[in-house]
Amino acid sequence: MRYGMAIEVNKCVGCADCVVACQTENNVPIGYSRDWIMEKVTGKYPNLDLHFESQRCNHCIDTPCVRTCPTGASFVSDGGIVRVTHDECIGCGACIEACPYDARYFHPDGYVDKCTFCEHRVTEGLNPACVSVCPTDCMHFGDLDDPESAISKLIAARENFTILPEAGTAPQIFYLK
Amino acid sequence: MQNSRRKFLKISTLGATGAALTYPVVAKGISFFKNEEPLSDDKLTKVATVCEVCFWNCAGWVYKDEDNKIKKIIGNDIDPHSNGKLCPRGTGGLGMYTDEDRLKHPLIRVEKDGEQTFVEATWEEALDLVVKNMKKIDKKYGKESLALFYHGKTGPHFKHLFQYWGSDTNAKPASAQCLITREAGYIATYGAGLASPEPTDIRNTECLVLIGSHIGENMHNGHVQDVSDLIDRGGDIITVDPRFSTVAAHSSHWLPIKPSTDMALLLAWIHVLINEDLYDKEYVEKYTHGFDELKEHVQKYTPEWAQSITTIPAGDIYKTARVMGNASPKVIIHPGRHTAWYGDDTQRTRAMAILNAILGSWGRKGGFYFAEKFKLPKHPHPPVPKPKWTWRDISQGKHKLAFAGITNEIIDHALPEYKGEHKVKGMFFVATNPLQAVPDEEKIKKALHHLEFVVAVDTMPSEITGYADVVLPEATFLERLDDIRVSQHKSPNIALRYPAVEPKYNTKPGWWIAREIGIRLGLNDFYPWENFEEVLDWQLKQVGSSMEEMKEVGVKHFPRTKPMYINEDGSHYFNTNTGKIELVSTDFQEWGYDPLPVYKSHGEVPAGYLRLIYGRLPMHTFGRTLNNPNLNDLKSEPKLWVNPKNARIYGLENDQEVWLKNPKGKVSSFSIKVRITERIRHDSVFLPHGFGNKGRIVTADGELFEMSRTYGRGISDAEMITNVSIDPETGGTGLRNNFVAILTEKPTKKEVIS
Repeated sequence: MRYGMAIEVNKCVGCADCVVACQTENNVPIGYSRDWIMEKVTGKYPNLDLHFESQRCNHCIDTPCVRTCPTGASFVSDGGIVRVTHDECIGCGACIEACPYDARYFHPDGYVDKCTFCEHRVTEGLNPACVSVCPTDCMHFGDLDDPESAISKLIAARENFTILPEAGTAPQIFYLK
Repeated sequence: MQNSRRKFLKISTLGATGAALTYPVVAKGISFFKNEEPLSDDKLTKVATVCEVCFWNCAGWVYKDEDNKIKKIIGNDIDPHSNGKLCPRGTGGLGMYTDEDRLKHPLIRVEKDGEQTFVEATWEEALDLVVKNMKKIDKKYGKESLALFYHGKTGPHFKHLFQYWGSDTNAKPASAQCLITREAGYIATYGAGLASPEPTDIRNTECLVLIGSHIGENMHNGHVQDVSDLIDRGGDIITVDPRFSTVAAHSSHWLPIKPSTDMALLLAWIHVLINEDLYDKEYVEKYTHGFDELKEHVQKYTPEWAQSITTIPAGDIYKTARVMGNASPKVIIHPGRHTAWYGDDTQRTRAMAILNAILGSWGRKGGFYFAEKFKLPKHPHPPVPKPKWTWRDISQGKHKLAFAGITNEIIDHALPEYKGEHKVKGMFFVATNPLQAVPDEEKIKKALHHLEFVVAVDTMPSEITGYADVVLPEATFLERLDDIRVSQHKSPNIALRYPAVEPKYNTKPGWWIAREIGIRLGLNDFYPWENFEEVLDWQLKQVGSSMEEMKEVGVKHFPRTKPMYINEDGSHYFNTNTGKIELVSTDFQEWGYDPLPVYKSHGEVPAGYLRLIYGRLPMHTFGRTLNNPNLNDLKSEPKLWVNPKNARIYGLENDQEVWLKNPKGKVSSFSIKVRITERIRHDSVFLPHGFGNKGRIVTADGELFEMSRTYGRGISDAEMITNVSIDPETGGTGLRNNFVAILTEKPTKKEVIS
C-alpha cells in the first residue's frame, strides 16, 4: 500500500478550495497552511499557457525530512504517509530545511506541522478533505501500489509530471496534463 | 528550497512561510494539544444550511463539535447547486460567523458637542427610532418616499415589510448593475428570462461558448463543475476574453478580443452560420420569427469586417463558427452574469440569444433545458396596500424593459435637483453597500447627504454603515433562518437554511428585525406568528413536508411536471407577440429600439489611458467577503494586472505600489501593487472587484467598526468607474467604458479629493 495523488492540471482553476478545506478540516490556524496553489504562466500574449498546481507534502518515498529528524517525531506512517508526532517534535526545524518542497511549517503551538493526507479520514475510507471538496474534481487519491486502482490507471494513461523530480525524493503526487 | 509559492495565490501565507520560519519555538505543555487533532465526522453533529457567501446559494451541512463550535461546512450531496462540493467561499463560510470585525450591536447617529457620532443603542431604542422616522417620512412625503435597496436571502423580509406598509420603491444592484440587460435580451427573444442558476445543459453539451464569462474565477459552483465535466468529455470550449482567464487556458479556442467589440464578433458568427448553412434549418423554420430579415441584416457583417474591429483573425471567426455549427444543437452561447458593460447590453445579449436560436439550442439537450421550479405556497396575509407610486413610475417610462427597480435611478430621485413628484427621502440598505455596488460614488454620496433618514442592515461594517442614521447588526446566515430556497433546476427542489448556532454578539436575524419594525408600525395582522419557523413549517406542511423532515434532509426533490426539453412537433408556444422565438423583436420595432442587433462602436481608449477591466477572484464575492478571516487568508490583497509592454512604458516592477486616475480626474483613494503578466492585453488593466474598502465608524465611546483586514487595501473599481453607459431598453448601467492611467508617485491630498 502506498498512498498518492493525481491532480489534473487541465481542470484545476486554482480556486484554493483545497487550501481552505484543509484548514478547516485540520484546525490549521489562520495564517498557516498545509497546501497551497501555484500559478504557472508561459508564453507571450496571445500565445499563452497557464495551469495551476495544488501543492502540498509529496509524501516522498525517500524522505530527507524523516532522516534529519533528531527525535523521531517525523516518521513514515502506514501507506507511506509522512507524519509528525507533535508531542515528540522539539521544533528544531531541521525537517523544514531538508524538505525541497517547503511543505512544512512551524505551528504556533511550537511544533512542526504538515499535510497528513488526512490520515484520520483515509483510515475511515474517505478521501482527504482537499480531494473531496474540489469542485472541478481534478484531484484523485488512492493506492499507487495497486495497478488496478483508479489512480494508478489514471497516471498510466496520462502524460504527467512531478515537482522537482531532480531532488531525488521520489514524490508521490503526480500532475496530469 | 522552493520558495516561490508565496508570490502566488496563497499570498497571505506570509504567515505560513516567511513568518512561520522565524516563529519562536515556545515551550510546550499539555494545553497546547487540546484541540488540534481533527475529529471524525461521526463525533460531529450537522445542521442544514444554505450558503450566503454568494448568490449561488448552495445547500450544505454545518458540522459542530460537542461544545457547539462550528468546525466546518460541507456541501449537501443531493443539492444540485453544489453536488456536495462547496466552493472556497462556501467552505470558508464559517469566517462570516467568526469575524471579530462584525457589527455587534445597534448603533444610532447622534450629535454630541456639535459633532455627529454613533452611540451604541438597545434594539428597543434603535427600532423605535427607525419607526419614528418611517412615520415622519410617511407624514411629510408619503410611504412611497421611503426606498429599499436589498440583496441576498435577507432582502425579502424587508421587501415584504415595505410592501405591507405601503412602499414598493425598491431595487437591487443585482438588476441594473448585473443581470437586467441579460434577462431583457432573453425575454425579448424567447419570451422568458433565464434566472439563476442559468438552465444551461453543460453536462450534455459538445460546445460551450463564453463571452467574457470567467467561470472558475467566478465560482458559480454548479457551472464550474459542469465545465470540468465538459473538459473530461473532450468537448469544445470557445472563450472570448481580452484577458487570458483561467477558463481561457482550459479552452480549445481562446479569442483575445479587443474590449468593447463583442457585438461585431457575434454578428460575424451569425453571418457565417447562416451563409454556410450551418444553422439548424428545421428548428429555425418551426420556432422562429424573422429569419429572412436576420439573414439580410447580417450580410454586411463579414468575418473580414469583424477582424478589423475585434482584432480576431477572420480565419478564427470562421473556424469557431464552424465548431459551433457542427455541435448544433448541443451548443451553448453561455449568457454569463453581470452583462452590464457598454450601454448596448440588451442588444448584445439579444445577439447571443439569436445565436442560440439559429443553432437550435434553446430547449434542446446539450443546449438550454427548461428549468422547473417547485411551487411552495405563500403564507397567507391580509391584502397588501396599493402605493400611489412605485419603482415602476421611476424607471418604466424611460426603459420599456426595466422589469425591476433601477438602483441608480432611485438614487437620482433622492438628489436635491430632482423636482418631480416621486421624491425619495429615506432609504434602507439591507445587505448591500451601494458605494461599491452602484456606480458614481459622488452622486450616491450626494444623495445620502440629502436623504432625511438612512438605515443600514448588515453583518459587516462597510462604506454605507458610515452614512446610516441607524445601523442594525444582522446575524449571519449560520445563525439565522430565512425563506426556503426554492430553486429552478432540472429537478425541482427546495432547501432549508437552519440556524446552526445562536446569533453572536447582540445581532438578530433579518426576519426578526423586519417583524419588530412591522409590529411597531401596527402591521400585526401581517405578522401573526412569533417565530419565522412557524411560517416555514406551515409552508412545508402544505406540500407534505415539514421542518422536521427538512432538518434531516436539507434538500428535498420533487418530480417534474413538464418536459425538460422542447417538443419536436413545433407546437411549443413562446411567450412573445408572435408566439415564436423573435429573431426580429416585434416589441423593439414598436418601441423604437433596434429590432435586430446592430454593431456600434464604443470608441477608443483615450491616449495615455488603459481600459479598466474588472472581475472576480475565486475566493471572494463582493466587498463583504474580503474580511472573512478564512477567505482573507487565501487572498488578502488584490493586484493590478499590467501587460509587460505597459510595465516597460511606465517603468513598473512587480509589486510596485501605484495609484490610478481616470479621465475625469478621479484619483484612487489607495494604492495597489502591480502584477506584470502576459495574461492581460496591452490596451487594458485588470483589477479584481470589491477591494479598496474605506468604511470606518468610530463611536462616541471610541469603539471602532471597520473591516480591519481589508480596510484601505487595494483600489476599488467602483471608485474609478465614473463613466456610466445607460442601456436604453432596461436602464442597466454599462460599466466597462472606463479608463485609467497609472500613477507611480503618490498623489497629493488635493489630487485625491478632486
